[in-house]
Amino acid sequence: MTVLVALALLAAFSGGVFLLGRRRAVRLAGGAPASLHSLPGYHGAWVALWAGAPAALILFAFAVFGGRMEDAALRAQAPAAISQLSEQRQEVFWSDARAEARGETSSEVRWEGDLGAAMAAKVSEARQITAYGRIAALALAGVLALVGFLLAFPRLSKDFRARNRVEGWTGVLLIACSTVAVLTTLGIVLSLLWESLRFFQAVSPLEFLLGTSWDPQIAMRADQVASSGAFGAVPLFAGTFLIMLIGMAVAAPVGLFSAIYLSEYAGPAMRATVKPLLEVLAGVPTVVYGFFAALTVGPTFRAFFNWIGSFLVGGPMDALGQYLETVQNQMALTAGVVMGIMLIPFVSSLSDDIINAVPQSLRDGSYAMGATKSETVKRVILPAALPGVVGALMLAVSRAIGETMIVTMAAGLQAKMTANPLDTVTTVTVQIVTLLTGDQEFDSPKTLAAFGLGLTLFVVTLALNVFALAIVRKYREQYD
Amino acid sequence: MVMTMTLKPPVIRTAAPHSHHPATPQPTKISVRDINVFYGEKQALNSISVEIPGKAVTAFIGPSGCGKSTFLRCINRMNDTIAGCRVEGQIVMDGQDINDRSIDPVVLRAKVGMVFQKPNPFPKSIFENVAYGPRIHGIASNKQDLEGIVEASLKKAGLWAEVSDRLNQPGTSLSGGQQQRLVIARAIAVNPEVILMDEPCSALDPIATARVEELIDELRQQFCIVIVTHSMAQAARVSQRTVFFHMGELIESGSTEEIFTNPREPRTQDYITGRIG
Repeated sequence: MTVLVALALLAAFSGGVFLLGRRRAVRLAGGAPASLHSLPGYHGAWVALWAGAPAALILFAFAVFGGRMEDAALRAQAPAAISQLSEQRQEVFWSDARAEARGETSSEVRWEGDLGAAMAAKVSEARQITAYGRIAALALAGVLALVGFLLAFPRLSKDFRARNRVEGWTGVLLIACSTVAVLTTLGIVLSLLWESLRFFQAVSPLEFLLGTSWDPQIAMRADQVASSGAFGAVPLFAGTFLIMLIGMAVAAPVGLFSAIYLSEYAGPAMRATVKPLLEVLAGVPTVVYGFFAALTVGPTFRAFFNWIGSFLVGGPMDALGQYLETVQNQMALTAGVVMGIMLIPFVSSLSDDIINAVPQSLRDGSYAMGATKSETVKRVILPAALPGVVGALMLAVSRAIGETMIVTMAAGLQAKMTANPLDTVTTVTVQIVTLLTGDQEFDSPKTLAAFGLGLTLFVVTLALNVFALAIVRKYREQYD
Repeated sequence: MVMTMTLKPPVIRTAAPHSHHPATPQPTKISVRDINVFYGEKQALNSISVEIPGKAVTAFIGPSGCGKSTFLRCINRMNDTIAGCRVEGQIVMDGQDINDRSIDPVVLRAKVGMVFQKPNPFPKSIFENVAYGPRIHGIASNKQDLEGIVEASLKKAGLWAEVSDRLNQPGTSLSGGQQQRLVIARAIAVNPEVILMDEPCSALDPIATARVEELIDELRQQFCIVIVTHSMAQAARVSQRTVFFHMGELIESGSTEEIFTNPREPRTQDYITGRIG
């Protein structure tokens, strides 16, 4: 709150400085604005930047790191009374002290005797630290703003290159923004790597990558039945692959053919209607596809295949002589087909762009040779567009592998190595979801396995994307 | 025979200067009557009638946007592929109206080949580019046959010597002039009767232009050639007959010599001397 008010004040100060700087520049010009090196606005902006930017940086740093610094200062001297407490208790003590100081609700632990006295002392200390910290930060920001202004303002002159300097600041701002994006990505990757390393200390990478048994349930107590889990991820890879294959078997032909129809056959009116409709399909949230799969497609498929099964097999029978329905609601086929539907607009709009990028002169050349439309598509346009189409399909594959919601709701949880599309399978993403949802301890291999799976997924999709984009780019260069 | 022209002499001298035999007058191959073309509401061509002789080069000249390319595209019905384009009138080739409903444009285009402004080889090998037409029309009965057709076409297009040892390389790897001759080889591989050329040299340098012009002069022994060109020097060099278009109308047509030396219409005179266009 304080920081927000300070920032608002700072903004007002910078605004005023901007006006001052501009007026100074106008005066310097003395009625001949063209005699200035830079427009008056640049002079104003440059002074305002010096006055505002460093101070704002301090305020931001205070908002982000201030709490931690206060905490460290508070803990610098631990009262003797808490030294005999357990480590967890000590943590509770510190957090209570801080909460109390801020007027927030503390834990329900009642600190009595020596501890009570220590608590009271620390609470008042914490209040002091907070107050001093705030004053120090605000004072520092204020001084910086003033110094910035006082240093910058006298430098304004007719020949001052304010325009170039403001350009420099713009560059700094842009670099800062892109650095944030890059650093965040780097941070995510590093944390993924770090946690995976911890996982691979418990489970050997070979067992993880080549093992065929996946059963991550680990007992809370050592004497429980089945106390050690199995972390062979091959069944998960197999399930992911099977569903991806089914999905692509739906999405690739349908998406590609609708792209060909839209770009080569459809008239302008048709195209104007169908293309937006396909793009609506792309806007459906995956969770909606998920329950569409689980509640509509799954039961329909189950009924259909069990009906066929009762004809073909007639069994197996249960004790009452009835056909046992072996196909369940959750199966690879349901998840795969719905995922394929989800990918149709993705494939078709990418392929459509690529087919449209094939130069019209090639079409004219083919038609002028007496080729029909389908001959032209088959023999000229598709070969020309092939690299791009392959790239589009690979992007679709990497999306299929990473897709979570549909498979969570429709594929099942049993890790099985099967090629039967009517069987339930589970995927890497489904297992990550189940491993991490609910209350979990963070140091057991069971939870850490999610990071191992995440890392594998990350590496595979990254490789696919890089490969696909390289292909698409190579293709683009050919005609642009 | 020496031509006296109102123009500067052609800038480019080819190795073998083309002869302009006023030639034995060729019988009419294509007879055009009252062609009107509309793009949507806008009329692009207004009542064009002209006779195009077989086994000779006919040049269409005129300023940009005068409709000469549009007219060229009527002859192989390429305008059918443009949405909103409507063609009225008769184009009779060998006694048959090509706009008749019984005529399949796909079959027509096998008889009337076309070469475009920018070389447009397909993204295939040199061999496959030339074999494209024979393949889709089932002209070759076996592999040797096809190879024979490809070789003969490349030879006719004067490209064989340059590419015979690299037929499997992509057609796009050739230079611009070679690409244009490859495209001409592709067009003559299906043994058409007519070849339409839409400014075939406008994207080429002077040397490649000279090669293509020489080629056009050779091809006229076998084909009826119609060429659209912006260069009046080119029209004078390669054609026997010239047709002048202006603002969607046919102003004048006649033997090339006549048009360039003694035009009947003042507008033709103005255009070839550079006063309009």
